[in-house]
Amino acid sequence: MTDINMQQTGSEASRKRLEIIRASLSRRHRAEAIFKGLGIAAIVLALALVGTLFWQVFSKGTPSLFQSTLHLDITFDPEVVEVGPAPEAGSGLSPAEYEEAYLDWRRALALVNWNELIANAIRDVSGTEIDGGDVRALVDNNAGLVLRSRFQDNPDLLGQTVPMDLLVSANGDNWLKGTIDRDLPDERQQLSADTRNLLDELRADDVITMDFAWHLFTNVDSRTAPASAGLAGAFMGSLYMMLIVIVLAVPIGVASAIYLEEFAPQNRITDLIEVNINNLAAVPSIVFGLLGAAVFINYFHLPISAPLVGGLVLTLMTLPTIIIATRAALKAVSPSLRQAALGLGASKTQMVFQHVLPVTFPSILTATIIGVAQALGETAPLLLIGMNAFVASVPASPLDQATALPVQVYLWQGNENRNFFEARTSAAIIVLLGLMLVLNAIAIFLRTRLERRG
Amino acid sequence: MDMIAGRGNMAEQNTDKAAKVDTLSDRRVRVSTRDVCVFYGEKQALYDVSIDVPDRAVTSFIGPSGCGKSTFLRCINRMNDTIEGARVTGKIDLDGDDVYDPSLDVVELRSRIGMVFQKPNPFPKSVYENIAYGPKIHGLANSKSDLDEIVVSSLRKAGLFEEVKDRLHEPGTGLSGGQQQRLCIARAIAVGPEVILMDEPCSALDPIATAVIEELIDELRENFTIVIVTHSMQQAARVSQKTAFFHLGKLIEEGPTEQIFTNPVHKQTQDYIMGRIG
Repeated sequence: MTDINMQQTGSEASRKRLEIIRASLSRRHRAEAIFKGLGIAAIVLALALVGTLFWQVFSKGTPSLFQSTLHLDITFDPEVVEVGPAPEAGSGLSPAEYEEAYLDWRRALALVNWNELIANAIRDVSGTEIDGGDVRALVDNNAGLVLRSRFQDNPDLLGQTVPMDLLVSANGDNWLKGTIDRDLPDERQQLSADTRNLLDELRADDVITMDFAWHLFTNVDSRTAPASAGLAGAFMGSLYMMLIVIVLAVPIGVASAIYLEEFAPQNRITDLIEVNINNLAAVPSIVFGLLGAAVFINYFHLPISAPLVGGLVLTLMTLPTIIIATRAALKAVSPSLRQAALGLGASKTQMVFQHVLPVTFPSILTATIIGVAQALGETAPLLLIGMNAFVASVPASPLDQATALPVQVYLWQGNENRNFFEARTSAAIIVLLGLMLVLNAIAIFLRTRLERRG
Repeated sequence: MDMIAGRGNMAEQNTDKAAKVDTLSDRRVRVSTRDVCVFYGEKQALYDVSIDVPDRAVTSFIGPSGCGKSTFLRCINRMNDTIEGARVTGKIDLDGDDVYDPSLDVVELRSRIGMVFQKPNPFPKSVYENIAYGPKIHGLANSKSDLDEIVVSSLRKAGLFEEVKDRLHEPGTGLSGGQQQRLCIARAIAVGPEVILMDEPCSALDPIATAVIEELIDELRENFTIVIVTHSMQQAARVSQKTAFFHLGKLIEEGPTEQIFTNPVHKQTQDYIMGRIG
């Protein structure tokens, strides 16, 4: 009997316990559901923000990848191009004489009213008589230069008619794309009513088409001819800086991390170094710019606005990131791998370089890419070392003056022709993002390959 | 009851073995330690351990967790060097060479004393590379064919060759747990050590894999001096000829295995073997 009673009380107690557990269970499930909901909400929010950003950038940037281009048959009319035949080398002229004659000829070319050729071509195609001022409003400012260099390269064109593609001016492009309000009254429009009508007419006749803007990638920045401004200089500047960062920051950073993590004795000095590295990672990038200006330019007299200086500054900025990430990766290697190597009689150096480092390679690569991508997008320090200067040439070496993609974005963002450069800015951002994507793709490719091998 | 019955069986087995290997006291001493103390910072982990490890036999260290048996094992090949703040006093000799002599190169020492760890830890490389690594760094192979030979013979000695001969160039981490541990044993053998230290080599393995490894250990003692740390008394009884019992950092008792298991002198040893402590 007592046994049965005990069993009953026992089962009662266990039922009570079960009820308590069930009550707490529903509480726990609720907490779980709330947490899950919050997580999903956070992800949705993040995705929405990133989506908006990308949509903004792409919807604004894509139109500027296609730009209004005039297709004209240009006649190099001898009445307009009033220059003699180009001097020929070796035709009885000494080299010095030839040099002088050639310069004279080029001077004569510079005085030719090339816009008149364009005006003639437009008259031929539309029947509208326009003057030089109208041409300047209609086509990009460097159209005359395009014609001149075409003729200079091939003087035989005199008297001939050739089809040429010329960029419509920035204001004209705005009008055709509708980035300027078409309903604005005349006094607030950038272009005269005649020019606007002519543009619409040419567009309707397909004399003006929207062509892919290759010049965006091959031309350098331009202030006088905004329609033909391109990213080539900034792209090369960024590329040089990236190479410098990779060549300097990766070996120095990884080597420091290996030394600090694996070989350095644990004492006050290494503690101090560690604290300093962690603090450096949190230093605002503009401070690194100041440092670069003070040390590299003032003290070492390296050229101002040069990608070399920019690369050095960005290297300093990237080093802490790479060191910290590499140390974390080394720390994460399981002690059993180290023991396996040491137990076999591997020296410390052999252990580190033959076993630990290969395992951490993927993480180090990831850290490097994050660091380099960060450096690639950095603007502030570059402003302080003069890389926001207007540079109208592609840098041939890291010692030439140059600008960088993010700085180009900043410069274009501040351009007074907002209607035109807003899209340009987005296009530059697309190129910047593209460069980063390529970089990341290379890193992921290398990482998966290394992981598979490991 | 079971325990005692088991003990009886073990004792019988061990008497057989003892007859086969004659008395341990006649054997050459391979590793001898005198008054070894280990400190981790201020804390003393091991107190005055003195023991002789006989040549070509299996010596097992048993004792409850935290008794210092693994710590002591790691003193023999100076793996404790890698632990920050660890300090070893006393004397450990390998064939008469002082292991802690400052002029002795620890790399050379570890080529003479191989080690197998608790968790199988093959390198994340191919089976072949795992075994070839030791001979390569020590310059033991003059040619590719030498190396091939070392790899194959090491795998054979570890009883693994038949199982992996078709996948020598596949990652060693892809093998089963027991195979991985035998790969680690083969890797240790490949360097040609005099002594092999095993730190609970079967604790991560299932009973079948454990049985295979135990059999292997029994074969290996023909050629190697083996020291094994184990928390399984049955394992100690099955594979070892000499047993040392550690408790709270002290060596309580050591002697021929059958004596420790059938007729322990100290009460603590008896309690542990009977399952009363630990």
